[in-house]
Amino acid sequence: MKNDDLGMTLIVKVITRLTVGLILLYGFYVVLHGHIGPGGGFAGGIIMALSLIHLMLAYGKEAVTKKIGRRRGIKIASIGALLFLALIVMFAPGGRVGILPFYDIAISIMVGAGLFTIFLALVILITEREE
Amino acid sequence: MEIHLVLIFMIFAAVVAVEIKDMISSVIALSVVGLGLSLVFLLLKAPNLAVTQLVVEILLVVVLIRGTISKDLPLVIAGRWFFNTLMTAVFVAVFLFLGFFALKELPIFGQPKMLVSSEYILRSVSETGSTNVVTAISLSYRLLDTLAEAAVLFAAILGVSAIARRIGKVNEK
Repeated sequence: MKNDDLGMTLIVKVITRLTVGLILLYGFYVVLHGHIGPGGGFAGGIIMALSLIHLMLAYGKEAVTKKIGRRRGIKIASIGALLFLALIVMFAPGGRVGILPFYDIAISIMVGAGLFTIFLALVILITEREE
Repeated sequence: MEIHLVLIFMIFAAVVAVEIKDMISSVIALSVVGLGLSLVFLLLKAPNLAVTQLVVEILLVVVLIRGTISKDLPLVIAGRWFFNTLMTAVFVAVFLFLGFFALKELPIFGQPKMLVSSEYILRSVSETGSTNVVTAISLSYRLLDTLAEAAVLFAAILGVSAIARRIGKVNEK
């Protein structure tokens, strides 16, 4: 691997590579089972954002920002918020049964992308101050 | 009828807040407007909102403004000690008098009055199809509340990414 000097040591990188998928999967589980058990859109979105932050702490900044930059993060968060609003406008007046998981999915998109964008904004600001 | 009285009171307090010369008195008159608004919420059967309004309007406005611009506020207290002490004593007496009657209305300790929440527990599964009562309430019965919460979070995200962006354009002179 060519980016061996970025991020933390090899032990942390290997452990992260094995666990980050499980954390992301647990986030999806919490979101999709929010109407059955404990959980919901806010908690699941935070867990999904934390898995990306975990990846970024272990592998360095560029490993994640190549995939999801700040502009794309803001775009995804806006899409989630608009999706939530559109779902409410379409389905809330009828009070339809079975729409709750879709609300949770929309909230989780907004919360996950938004919190990750906040983390990215603060980290990039700090590293540019230090230079 | 009571709402109209409170609204007239609020208008009067707003006029006082605009016209008065002393800065801290103006801020206090502004928080009196907030007190009237929380009374309106209370009369319209929204106690949750009334408590929030009370905290935000009165405590936050007065404390924040007093804390941030404390240097510019000349506060004259000389010569008013008798009036101040008398008003403090009167307000403490009124508070204790009203609190005596309010405390008798509270339910007995250890016996929660679950009038509304028991309805939610009984009807949430059949009405929303969700076995998690918390999700059922926050996404079905109080969906607009959750929408406002998400709007607040989204505004916070936009605010952070607007303030903490890359170092902005330097004004080249």
